[in-house]
Amino acid sequence: MTAAAPLHLAGERLMLDPAGAVFWPARNMLIVADLHLEKGSAAAGRGRLLPPYDSRVTLDRLALLLRRYGPAQVLALGDSFHDAEGAARLQAADAARLAAMAQQADFIWVLGNHDPRLPDSLPGKVAAIWPDGPLTFRHEAKGSSGEAEICGHHHPKATVPVRGASVTRPCFVTDGHRRLMLPAFGAYTGGLDIGDSAIASLFPRGARVFLLGRERLYHFHVGRPRAAMAVA
Amino acid sequence: MFSSDMSRRSLAPRKPPAATDVAALPDRFAAWFAARGWHPRPHQLDVLEAFRQGAHVLLIAPTGGGKTLSGFLPSLIELAERPEPTEGGGIHTLYVSPLKALATDIARNLTEPVDEMRLPIRIETRTGDTPQNRRQRQREMPPDILLTTPESLALLLSLDGAATMFAGLRSVIIDEVHALAGSKRGDLLALGLARLDRLAPEARRIGLSATVAHKPELAAYVSADGQGGGLRLIEVADPAPPDLSIMLPAGHLPWSGHMGLASAPDILDRVREAGLTIIFVNTRAQAELLFQDIWRINEETLPIAIHHGSLDVGQRRKVEAAMAAGSLRAVIATSSLDLGIDWGGVDQVIQVGAPKGVSRLLQRVGRANHRMDETSHAILVPANRFEVLECEAARQGVAARELDGDAPRPGGLDVLAQHLLGMACAGPFHPDDAFAEITRAAPYAAVDRATFDAVLSFVEDGGYALQVYERYRKLFRDAEGLVHVRHARIARQYRMNIGTIVEAPMIKLRLGRGPVLGEVEEWFVSTLGEGDTFMFAGRLLRFVRLREMTAEVADGGGGTPKVPTYAGARLPLSTGLAARVRAMLHDPAAWPAFPEPVREWLAMQQYRSALPGEDDLLVETFPRGGRWYLVAYCFEGRNAHQTLGMLLTRRMERFGIGPLGYVATDYVLAAWSAHEPRDLDALFDEDMMGDDLEAWMADSSMLRRTFRNVAVIAGLIDRQLPGAERNRRQVTVNSDLIYDVLRRHQPDHILLQATWADAAGGLTDLGRVSGMLQRVRGKIHHKALDRVSPLAVPVILEVGREHVVGAAQEDLLAEAEALVSEATGEEHPENVLARSPRFDFRFT
Repeated sequence: MTAAAPLHLAGERLMLDPAGAVFWPARNMLIVADLHLEKGSAAAGRGRLLPPYDSRVTLDRLALLLRRYGPAQVLALGDSFHDAEGAARLQAADAARLAAMAQQADFIWVLGNHDPRLPDSLPGKVAAIWPDGPLTFRHEAKGSSGEAEICGHHHPKATVPVRGASVTRPCFVTDGHRRLMLPAFGAYTGGLDIGDSAIASLFPRGARVFLLGRERLYHFHVGRPRAAMAVA
Repeated sequence: MFSSDMSRRSLAPRKPPAATDVAALPDRFAAWFAARGWHPRPHQLDVLEAFRQGAHVLLIAPTGGGKTLSGFLPSLIELAERPEPTEGGGIHTLYVSPLKALATDIARNLTEPVDEMRLPIRIETRTGDTPQNRRQRQREMPPDILLTTPESLALLLSLDGAATMFAGLRSVIIDEVHALAGSKRGDLLALGLARLDRLAPEARRIGLSATVAHKPELAAYVSADGQGGGLRLIEVADPAPPDLSIMLPAGHLPWSGHMGLASAPDILDRVREAGLTIIFVNTRAQAELLFQDIWRINEETLPIAIHHGSLDVGQRRKVEAAMAAGSLRAVIATSSLDLGIDWGGVDQVIQVGAPKGVSRLLQRVGRANHRMDETSHAILVPANRFEVLECEAARQGVAARELDGDAPRPGGLDVLAQHLLGMACAGPFHPDDAFAEITRAAPYAAVDRATFDAVLSFVEDGGYALQVYERYRKLFRDAEGLVHVRHARIARQYRMNIGTIVEAPMIKLRLGRGPVLGEVEEWFVSTLGEGDTFMFAGRLLRFVRLREMTAEVADGGGGTPKVPTYAGARLPLSTGLAARVRAMLHDPAAWPAFPEPVREWLAMQQYRSALPGEDDLLVETFPRGGRWYLVAYCFEGRNAHQTLGMLLTRRMERFGIGPLGYVATDYVLAAWSAHEPRDLDALFDEDMMGDDLEAWMADSSMLRRTFRNVAVIAGLIDRQLPGAERNRRQVTVNSDLIYDVLRRHQPDHILLQATWADAAGGLTDLGRVSGMLQRVRGKIHHKALDRVSPLAVPVILEVGREHVVGAAQEDLLAEAEALVSEATGEEHPENVLARSPRFDFRFT
């Protein structure tokens, strides 16, 4: 049984799921980031014929969460498609699958840098940012925003040293009151270490990170970034 | 003269051998030999004769036998005798060596006789270092003799002028064949040779090899039909076997440890007594540590240097130059000095730590510059008790000339994929012709048509069951069934990715803003914090910071230094040596060869427990510190024991024995558990190789690493080129993610098949595990003891470097989480996280 971990942000209770998604019970909303659908076919266009099953795997994962939470809304935090043409490249079966999901829940597509526009044929609403109550949903964190924001974009991952070896996993990162960054959800999405200045600078006072596990999250603190940790 | 060269590989024997018939030589050559007071050796004339008769040749000769000249003599004569040199007539002789440095060195030495005899022959090298303008010139005006590497040959063959360039080829010389056959570089070369055979059917091959165990396989590799047809094997008898002595550390003989540091004072004594010594060790970490320990006591400051594969090339060349110039007394080296250039003036070889195999030991001992008709001397320095047994076994193995080493494995399908794309880049081909061609390369002789078609289909469009890449295909077929490359860009991409060596991501080490000292694996740097110290290049260094792909370091610093280690650095004990060790152990008549402490140790073992028999499997179980230990004396080498440990503990889990961990050495496997292991026959049953193996392998990090290499070689993902990190335009995809997706949706994909084939050899040593389980069925000798036995002490001392059992990663994460919260509490944020060892995501 997988166990989601509760997190309170701006007075709202959010459930962090070990699959790398967030469920917001008050709105009956499921939130995922950086699906990067059709990343495989994008690479194929550049001569790297990666297995063309990535969208299918990503949608499988999403379907599982839809079954688990039965949300009324699904919010995708941008970079849902690997590029602007990605939606058009979806294989027919995958497109039909997505349409079926959109029958069960209202989809909200926040735009990202990879998918600055989306075709009208895509079911659901499209928005640059999506404010809801005390929370603001946007693709990329805003340097010093006043409101509590939920974001993706950076694909955070972290490494834990264990018995002379180490384990690296995608993770949630939060400062506990203003910002929650989601790991990338897509099958072919890699990660950026949370020590990288691009992420570390967004959490100047340190952060709590939740590494994704098979059935649960693993919780660690990071302090202020050390000089040595900042990687240019 | 040769002697003025800083590093040399002599073309001719160092001393005049007995007079031989020089009638076979043209006057100009006979005069040249005579002017030097040399005579051609019989095998040199044999090669010449075979070549003139149109045969391919495999010449097996020890170091210092004038092997290289044997290879070139037929070409030099044929070139000297041709009516008149034709400009742009194409390459006459192609020389391929596994080492760039060797190609360069041979070119230099070859120029000498050519100049002295005033032969109208043009000699050039072509390697990754050859400048663009010279490459261009070589295409327009090929030299008579071209010296190159397997990778550069593959590149040349992919150019559209390849057919013209090689049409006049008469001879292909393959140096150090023993080091190439059986490796993926050897696969690449074999395919390239098959291509050459099609372009120039007249060309004859001359393979040059050190003495090896698998001669027929090597002959097949060199031959043009892949079966040894039309090939003449010419062998030169080995010189008198070397005299090996074993040197034990003064005082206590260590129970465990592999570094041999206790012998540093004795090693220094031996260095003092000789001119130039090469001190061979087994790992780069061992080289660093031994170097430190020797220098700590080197009061006379004897010039002693260090040489290993991670040091900057410039630093290595300096050490080599100093060796050749005679300004060094000793070099501590890893396998970086095993191959290639023949160093003048090495008087003594010392092997510190286990020799691992007879062939390897002979190769190392052969680095000493002995005269062929004299006995050479080398010293073996065991680091612990078991290594004493191994050194003695190696000594006897050398005396019996019992060469070891695995027979070449079948060729990698990833290499075949790379080659097929290269073929298409050179020009259209028909699949039937290509299949006929590649099956004439020995490593691919057994490939069936279905497998070939699957590989070709992978190259064409990915070979996926879901055919959605029609518009991205790399190759297309025309109406006549010929395969063409679809785009010039695909050819460019191919040329960027040629080769079979996939390095772990490396980080350069730079001293301040000064020189680059060398490279270490990225993960090692990820374990360093500011101010941490470590040993490298014989220095104590302090980590300052990481900038892009370079780590800035400074001299000095405090604390306990770390030593960088490298994945896959350790060779396992060879099967032949293992058998000898086992045979000596159970036969007290063999013991007088051992020193006193070893004899006592074995006698004590016989009294307390039992000695491992020649064909049974001794398994001891005993309680200790609230746990139960199981020690199995398998002697199958570390890799096989790792695999066995993983399988055995899975089984113990199912049997309710509650395994907690295991540790493997070259000799034994030890596992510990909460409960007493009882039914050992069932535990060691052969069916262990079934489902457990499949499940474990598929998920193991070893298989993921293997897949990454296969994916890079086959051209599925890009090679990580140094310096490419910063401005990488294309998004890279982590190979682990691809592996997971592919395994789930197309588990029979050709690249996964290739991955399994690779993994089944290599690191898992599955063959040895299954062979042993079969052999010992019904012959498990179980000793239930009340405490640890003398023979088990060394492995119990290794506990702490163990593998954790079960759903390892998840348990470790939970453990780390619990530890941290216990140690710090929620209120004290702590930087427990390390940097991730790899960036596989960049913003685009």
